[in-house]
Amino acid sequence: MNLIKNMWKDKLAALSLTVIAAIVLAGVFAPWLAPHDPHEVDMELRYAAPSWAYLLGNDHLGRCIMSRLIYGIRPSVLWVLAALAASVGFGGILGLIAGYFRGITDACLMRVCDVMLSFPGYVMSLAIVGILGPGLENMMIAFVLAKWAWFARMIRTSVMQYAESDYVKFSKAIGVSDTRIIMKQIVPVALPDIAVVSSSSFASMILQISGFSFLGLGVQAPHAEWGMMLNEARSVMFSRPELMLAPGLAIVIVVMAVNFLSDALQAALDPKLLRSKPQPQRQEFSRTAKLRGEEVA
Amino acid sequence: MGAYIIKRAIISVSLLAIISFVTYGLNFLSPLEPAQLVLQAQGVPNITVELIAETKASLGMDQPFLVQYFDWLTSCLQLNFGNSYVSGKPVWSLLGPALLHTLQLTLVSVAGIILLSIGFGVICALREGDLLDKSVRGVLFVLASMPAYLLATLMIWYFSVQLDLLPTSGMTSYRSYLLPALVITLNYAGIYFRIIRSSMLSQLNEDYVLYGRACGLPERTITLHILRNSLQVAVSVFCMAIPTILGSTVVVENIFAWPGLGTLTVNSILGRDFPIIQAYVLVLAAAFVLFNMLSDLLGAALNPKLRKEL
Repeated sequence: MNLIKNMWKDKLAALSLTVIAAIVLAGVFAPWLAPHDPHEVDMELRYAAPSWAYLLGNDHLGRCIMSRLIYGIRPSVLWVLAALAASVGFGGILGLIAGYFRGITDACLMRVCDVMLSFPGYVMSLAIVGILGPGLENMMIAFVLAKWAWFARMIRTSVMQYAESDYVKFSKAIGVSDTRIIMKQIVPVALPDIAVVSSSSFASMILQISGFSFLGLGVQAPHAEWGMMLNEARSVMFSRPELMLAPGLAIVIVVMAVNFLSDALQAALDPKLLRSKPQPQRQEFSRTAKLRGEEVA
Repeated sequence: MGAYIIKRAIISVSLLAIISFVTYGLNFLSPLEPAQLVLQAQGVPNITVELIAETKASLGMDQPFLVQYFDWLTSCLQLNFGNSYVSGKPVWSLLGPALLHTLQLTLVSVAGIILLSIGFGVICALREGDLLDKSVRGVLFVLASMPAYLLATLMIWYFSVQLDLLPTSGMTSYRSYLLPALVITLNYAGIYFRIIRSSMLSQLNEDYVLYGRACGLPERTITLHILRNSLQVAVSVFCMAIPTILGSTVVVENIFAWPGLGTLTVNSILGRDFPIIQAYVLVLAAAFVLFNMLSDLLGAALNPKLRKEL
């Protein structure tokens, strides 16, 4: 709980957390919050300006932009979160096994990871969508398949350092079972590391997944999605550039909040970073590793 | 160093072999039969079972998996990636020029990223915490949080529509490079800038800096030493920037109608043109492995300590 307290001290992080929580809740309760049906077409209201009934105006088919924005949270944020959870879960379990048991299991798993990581992640997801065909589910599958290896690798590194610690050795010596050691002693201490690794991937995943929808490879019409809304707005950008404003701002705000949160999470977990001189090298470790091509993004 | 190069090359070649295998295996993820796709793409009206079997035989798809794979691999090594399902043209005749165009855009953008991130990285590290540092970090942070398509659309709207200065799309003159390259540069500079800045900062507190100051060296000489040391991390990062950007131009290319890999690939995905998708993955993954090797070799040449790894 110290973690949350530390983060709460950072005003920006607190604000980011509030924004993200509010957006997630809005997405979950979209049917109750949205003023209109997001698919309801009304050609009389085509490009209508904002009014009290339609707070953000209407799009090229007269659909309520506000409602589409709220429903758009589902594919743009909630499903990304689900894809992230799936890849962290899958990669995490493998990383935990590899890092704790070591030996031949570890060697085999890490070679598989090496191969997966030698594909540029974006290209890999693009290829899988290409083979499976465009659509939300296929895009999710593509991202999980392309991302898990990175999480497995990072979580293994983190688990390895705890598996060597004295209290784990002691538990092994007095005959505590492996499952119990993993559940009671490894997972709780590795959890913060997992949180940092996954939060820093969250932002790039939101951008990439909405980019896929922007290109028409992800969510299919008529479902609302922020990237797709921007693509629709782009076709009329010469006459009505203001239509790009709402979905564009929504993405920028979410991504910025996630980025702030991820930085704050790193700082909160490493209180040394808050005090005195920052030690950026450690903070930047995962970022540098990513750019050296060890990442899937 | 010689032994290191040989070891590193062997690793890369074996990785390339596995990559080609996985790329070929991707085909089998498909929910549809490739032979059926070929017929659909060619617009054959009623597809019968006999017709599928015939197409399979003519494309060699009835052979055992490994035979198919080795046939495919040997022809790929001769840059023969088969024919497009949709247009029937050889894949390389479509992919080759596209690769060249994307490479041009990538090199221009990476040059921009390097200039921008090193320039600002050094200035901000030296003036850590003051207004300039904070504002540069803020602007680059916002730009990096923006999706490329939003940034691109805003730029087109402002520079091409409002000011009517630059072309909105296509690749006609050197002026067409400006907008797409600017979008990629601004979008990615933030990430690379952070690395330069933080590696500069971590060097600032090293003993040799203190020693240099104690000896009374001019600040400029000290800054140059710090820069040289902090660029060691940057060399490998920038090396990998080329293949990374090469694979990430998809969205920008589609917006600016750039006749490159990204546009080709998205069209192939929408048209389910497997041979092109496959060739695209293979070419980019190979570029990734080769540049990774290059960056390791460069790193080892600069820092003998790294040669012992492996």
